[in-house]
Amino acid sequence: MKSGLAQLGYTALDWLAELGRSVLFLLRIIAALPMLGRKPRLLVEQVYSVGVLSLVIVVVSGLFVGMVLALSGYRALVQFGASNALGTSVALVVIRELGPVVTGLLFAGRAGSAVAAEIGLMKATDQLSGMEMMAVDPLRRVVAPRFVAGIIALPLLTAIFSVMAIGAGGGYFVGVTLLGVDASAYWHGIQSSVGIGDIIDMFIKAGTFGAIVTWVAVFEGYYAAPTSEGVSRATTNTVVIASLAILGANLILTAMLFSGG
Amino acid sequence: MTQRADIHDSHSPLVEVRDLNFSIAGRPIYRGVNLDIERGKVTAIMGPSGSGKTTLLRLIGGQWRASQGQVLFDGEDVARQSQRRLFDIRKRMGMLFQSGALLSDLSVFDNVAFPLREHTDLPGELVRDIVLMKLQAVGLRNARDLYPAELSGGMARRVALARSIALDPDMVMYDEPFSGQDPISMGVLLRLIRQLNDALGLTSIVVSHDVNETLGIADYVYVIADSEIVDHGTPDELRQSDSEWVDQFLHARADGPVPFHYPGQSYRDDLLTSAR
Ligand SMILES: Nc1ncnc2c1ncn2[C@@H]1O[C@H](COP(=O)(O)OP(=O)(O)OP(=O)(O)O)[C@@H](O)[C@H]1O
Ligand SMILES: [Mg+2]
Repeated sequence: MKSGLAQLGYTALDWLAELGRSVLFLLRIIAALPMLGRKPRLLVEQVYSVGVLSLVIVVVSGLFVGMVLALSGYRALVQFGASNALGTSVALVVIRELGPVVTGLLFAGRAGSAVAAEIGLMKATDQLSGMEMMAVDPLRRVVAPRFVAGIIALPLLTAIFSVMAIGAGGGYFVGVTLLGVDASAYWHGIQSSVGIGDIIDMFIKAGTFGAIVTWVAVFEGYYAAPTSEGVSRATTNTVVIASLAILGANLILTAMLFSGG
Repeated sequence: MTQRADIHDSHSPLVEVRDLNFSIAGRPIYRGVNLDIERGKVTAIMGPSGSGKTTLLRLIGGQWRASQGQVLFDGEDVARQSQRRLFDIRKRMGMLFQSGALLSDLSVFDNVAFPLREHTDLPGELVRDIVLMKLQAVGLRNARDLYPAELSGGMARRVALARSIALDPDMVMYDEPFSGQDPISMGVLLRLIRQLNDALGLTSIVVSHDVNETLGIADYVYVIADSEIVDHGTPDELRQSDSEWVDQFLHARADGPVPFHYPGQSYRDDLLTSAR
């Protein structure tokens, strides 16, 4: 039917317009970045705030993911008498894929939603217009520091996640302490297989995901309808859109980094 | 700069609104409005709820743009400035929002200090003194460590008032400063607005529904209704006015040209349709 097709067209147009607006918004944020240099305290506060928000959940998830990887990896490897390769297998999966992706998803759910709700609520309660009337640009004062904070915080959180997953409480605990894999083989496997390039790739991925999460969060919050419903929609949208975008970007980045390396 | 000073000497109005047309979502809020805010005077804007008083303040502050006409602040069209220039203009305006608009993650003290810290390099000691002076003026010096969520509506509005005068602006716009105030703080605020205006040589715009109190301190009054200015003059002139609008508004009559109800379908039709 015509109306069904037209509806699809309108939805696609809406979606494109939204994308365009968010790109323009990103450009405005980038233009506001130099101002951050003058007030570095704002940035430090935000890194601390989004980082601390997600710390507990990242640590706990890292431990669990590491333990599960060691368990299932051990079962597969031991069939080939290759259980000494457990460290390698856990470390490569965590550093190349699961670390950035899982931390990114957790970050979207914890910090991304909080940032969107905070900015949306500031808008709904006239705090953003209040700042504008005090000749303070909310883009510089509120939005830019939160955007950059994501780019800094997520790589740090990903590193913590990876250490937790691979180290003494996670993969090492299950593999070496419980299943009896040789400790020096576990560490040696990691040392010989994980290169500095893998670590750099991990940080590139995490930084990209951090930018995605906070970009979506500040955009959704800033353009939220100034009502409680609008704020709640901004929060939900942030988690859904940022999560999907992380998974999509991961595919692209893995393909690029894989072919590049 | 010098050229502007030539044209706009200290005798011209600080704010000039010329042929202002403005609509929100297709609904006209203003049709061809002209008004002047004289320097050094307290000008009151009155009108029924929903008539566009807050909108007028937002237009003067350059937050919204008129679809036609001009809003001049000290001779400059606020809608046609770069962001930087507009911000320079806004540093000369203080605005008390109807909702207070305090920053909820900052304490009362930090809220009042906010504009000072953003726009000046004053040493911390001096900022502290200024903030305490402003808070003292609104009677909330000892509430400085509270957070906005811990304030009552009336207290929040008084903090917002202190914040709007923190930078010693040339003009302050007060949107409903008296709502939610008990008679004592209302009296204090009335006197404060008048005193600030006279002692610091400010220009004040007061939006308020408290007719008698506002007429008591205002030098000049504009009454807005039905997208237009229905009357203006000194408080005495308004009290003598034969305009039905003003008569109804000043004497709080339910019957008159000002409809109490938001325009639309008649009550009778509404009830009949729901019965079907
Ligand atoms: N953001 C908005 N979106 C749509 N309509 C709006 C918006 N803000 C105000 N309006 C409409 O504009 C009209 C004027 O609003 P405004 O807030 O200026 O009224 P007001 O005179 O300040 O009323 P009150 O005395 O109740 O504060 C109202 O009828 C309102 O419906
Ligand atoms: Mg209003």
